Amino acid sequence: MNELAAAVPWLGKRNPMAARWLILIIAIVAPFIAWQFGKSWVRILDFALLYMMLALGLNLVVGFAGLLDLGYIAFYAVGAYTFAFLASPHFDIHLPFWAILPLGAGFAALAGIMLGFPVLRLRGDYLAIVTLGFGEIVRIFMLNLNYPVNITNGPQGINMIDPINLFGWDLSRNIQVTENFSINSLFLYYYFFLLAVTGSIIFIQRLQISRVGRAWAAMRDDELAAKAIGINTRNMKLLAFSLGATFGGVSGCLFGAFQGFVSPESFSLMESIAVLTMVVFGGMGNIAGAVVGAFVLALLPEILRDVAVPLQQTLFGHVLLDPEVLRMLLLSLAMILMMLLRPAGMIPARARYCHDEHLINKLKQEAAK
Amino acid sequence: MQGVTIGGKKVKFELVGEDDQADPRTGTTVAQRLVDAGVKGVIGHLNSGTSIPASRIYDQGGIPQISPASTNPKLTQQNFKGVFRTIANDVQQGGALGSFAVKSLGAKKVAIIDDRTAYGQGLADETDKAVKAAGGQVVAREFTTDKATDFNAILTKIRATNPDVIFFGGMDAQAGPMLRQLKQLGVSAKFLTGDGGCSPEMIKLAGDAVTSTTYCSMAGLPLDKMPGGAAFRDQYKKRFGGEVQLYAPYAYDAAMAVVKAMEKAGSVEPAKYLPELKKISFNGVTGNVAFDDKGDIKEGAVTIYNFKDGNWVPM
Amino acid sequence: METLIQQLINGLVIGSVYALIALGYTMVYGILGLINFAHGDVLMVGALVALQTMMFLMGMAPGMSPLAMLTIALLVAIVVCMLLGFTMERLAYRRLRNAPRLAPLITAIGVSFLLQTLAMIIWGRNYHTFPQLISTTPLQPIEGVFVTPVQIAIVLASAALMVGLLLLVNRTKIGRAMRATAENHRVASLMGVDTNAVIAFTFVIGAGLAAVAGVMYASNYGIAHYGMGFMPGLKAFTAAVLGGIGNLGGAMLGGVVLGLVESFGAGYIEHLTFGFLNSSYQDIFAFIILGLVLIFRPTGLLGERVSDRA
Repeated sequence: MNELAAAVPWLGKRNPMAARWLILIIAIVAPFIAWQFGKSWVRILDFALLYMMLALGLNLVVGFAGLLDLGYIAFYAVGAYTFAFLASPHFDIHLPFWAILPLGAGFAALAGIMLGFPVLRLRGDYLAIVTLGFGEIVRIFMLNLNYPVNITNGPQGINMIDPINLFGWDLSRNIQVTENFSINSLFLYYYFFLLAVTGSIIFIQRLQISRVGRAWAAMRDDELAAKAIGINTRNMKLLAFSLGATFGGVSGCLFGAFQGFVSPESFSLMESIAVLTMVVFGGMGNIAGAVVGAFVLALLPEILRDVAVPLQQTLFGHVLLDPEVLRMLLLSLAMILMMLLRPAGMIPARARYCHDEHLINKLKQEAAK
Repeated sequence: MQGVTIGGKKVKFELVGEDDQADPRTGTTVAQRLVDAGVKGVIGHLNSGTSIPASRIYDQGGIPQISPASTNPKLTQQNFKGVFRTIANDVQQGGALGSFAVKSLGAKKVAIIDDRTAYGQGLADETDKAVKAAGGQVVAREFTTDKATDFNAILTKIRATNPDVIFFGGMDAQAGPMLRQLKQLGVSAKFLTGDGGCSPEMIKLAGDAVTSTTYCSMAGLPLDKMPGGAAFRDQYKKRFGGEVQLYAPYAYDAAMAVVKAMEKAGSVEPAKYLPELKKISFNGVTGNVAFDDKGDIKEGAVTIYNFKDGNWVPM
Repeated sequence: METLIQQLINGLVIGSVYALIALGYTMVYGILGLINFAHGDVLMVGALVALQTMMFLMGMAPGMSPLAMLTIALLVAIVVCMLLGFTMERLAYRRLRNAPRLAPLITAIGVSFLLQTLAMIIWGRNYHTFPQLISTTPLQPIEGVFVTPVQIAIVLASAALMVGLLLLVNRTKIGRAMRATAENHRVASLMGVDTNAVIAFTFVIGAGLAAVAGVMYASNYGIAHYGMGFMPGLKAFTAAVLGGIGNLGGAMLGGVVLGLVESFGAGYIEHLTFGFLNSSYQDIFAFIILGLVLIFRPTGLLGERVSDRA
């Protein structure tokens, strides 16, 4: 939250505390504002929160540890399919949400380690290409494991997945408060996802200033030097892959439950690239960057749909570029221009090494002793 | 749509259009937008892959959905009350294809390829079943993807099994090049594909490899054979100034079903007219429109087409 | 037996296509150490530009001989792609030459998607029929084994281009400059090599090769569309790594080996795994090979003989 608060223009630097409250308030009232434009916008916000979680996880791998992972969506798939297997009529297993979540996270982490081990020695571009291959391999298996034994139901995907159920409280049902007033299920999901994202942010923030976070930063900036000062880069890389994957897995579980339907189409290479763009756009190695990047780029296509089409119609009389093309165009331009003009992203990582207030204070205290 | 009176009041219908980009997640978002907009019924979606996830949203919103084009059987098997379709599903289409291959083409050995999409695999599986049911033998089952261009390896493998008919469940973009490669590999088996390959595109992409032994199927009747086909074409041309789009008659009948149900119920409220929609029966452009208890069209016709003189000709 | 030989031919043809693309990859990587992710998309641009040119020629001079038409289209495609390669290098990659390692790669991915999107805007989403001006009527050298002239042309073209490139790199002045730049940018520039020009030249040659590959690819399959370059590009990269990236002979070898693995894999995997896996796994062979090679033999099949680096 610190970085996020600091990223608030003007206020962030003057009064971080106030900025923090401001963010919290915005996050809480956001769905009510979105509601004014229609229920679909609340749904879009829900998806934006899921993307935020994905971006936060990928940021651990790419931004903190400096390992370019182009197959990140595979972990999202693992989480989503775990949930689908264990809470749908497909195998007729209906485990409670709390039981599946750790499993989904665990399987994803395991997949992360499975990917991590063989690629330990690879760097930069080679790593990127192999992870891309890994993502495709996972997708191809999801697509084809309906034969000879039907595990994933192949291209048909798995439908009728149970919604999230918290101790008997079904998030997919609206809460009828009075006859005319009910809390929509989309709000319930929103706040649940918000809680998950907030938890992730706090966790990652702690992680960043911990020994592990600093080891990652050292490894990212110079692997050889990091080794020389006694960092076990092998373990650190594996940790980055598995932790990053965990976030993907959790997010995947939530996605499966929220959407109620998973199929291999949702886990294409394009999705990996989209999440990577979110991280790059926001600012690699920076929590606030991942959050803002995910928020902007998840909302962008929907805004384009509402704005770009009517705008083109009034300007040219017909639609020249449909929203999907525009989205691709903006995504790719964002990637190129960001790297050329502002490689650190919209919100550059402040704590390049460890100039974090916490750490500085801690050092001051230690020095005072 | 003038002069419709529902519950004693003249009503005006308004069309709210959205583009689902054939993407499941966009499909649900669009579905939510339609529910928000307070539509009273939905005609859509095109692809089964988007229709299925979207149907859940419509169900939650209590809005009936009639797809004029999604043929995946799963769509109507979800126990949702308000999901219908006006086109024959893949079970019906695959059944017709399988029995056509064995009975009309006299095939003993059939090779089946699918493109690993929900559509292609679904259709191929149903065809597979129907071939076996009709007494044919499936000698090869091969796979490709909906982005592939090179099929030589699987086609060579199929060639070795010497099939009489090769069936492909997938789209024209793959079926066209596949036909060319079959020709280049000297395979003379008859080629059969579903509605995904039953397009003018397919003829263009296959070039001179599409011959009189190329067949495809389409759910529903050809426009000329539809009871109201000729009239529909005239009206359509007058209104939109072009050739009738493939699924237009089905979409028209879907919309008419909703209107007729509303008229009968005397209400535009989904909860009121839904029971009438379930019982509806009228003569539409495509034939008699009536749904079975799952929501599938009762008399879903399937037509097989053959390539002749540069065009698809119904058999 | 016919099946086995036919699969061999299938593998050889698709392998030659991969090799043709891999040559461009490997040239650029050898000099810059950059995976030009957009290389496959340059191929796509080449094919579509050639298509556009042919359409234009067919309209303007219907009586023109097919071979002349194809040659003109190919030349136009090569020129356009070379300009594209030059522009890409100049506007994007050159500025990132000293940036952190991830930056050029991410940019390259961006360029790849940008090219696809632009092609989608210009040529639409549909598949286009690509005129097959070289005959595709199959010949039967052995009873039951079929080969088309365009397939033979592809194999010959990739072999010829490889030889041409080897000559260029090893026998010419600019080739020597390329080798020097690959060895060490800074020292090369101290020795009076204009490294910027050499790198630009490499990009231009690579893009020209992609154009040839694109026209060949489209002629063979008779189709072209905006996404046609991405997957072959990835596979060609695998081929380049397999052969030993930076090594021209290796690219050729890697391409052919990958093609053979794919075609025999799709043909025989079902027997090999007792029906557990089938041809639906065709696309993972490349990725598995890539992973295995990078892990166990990062230098590739032919290793990295420094003198051959281009």
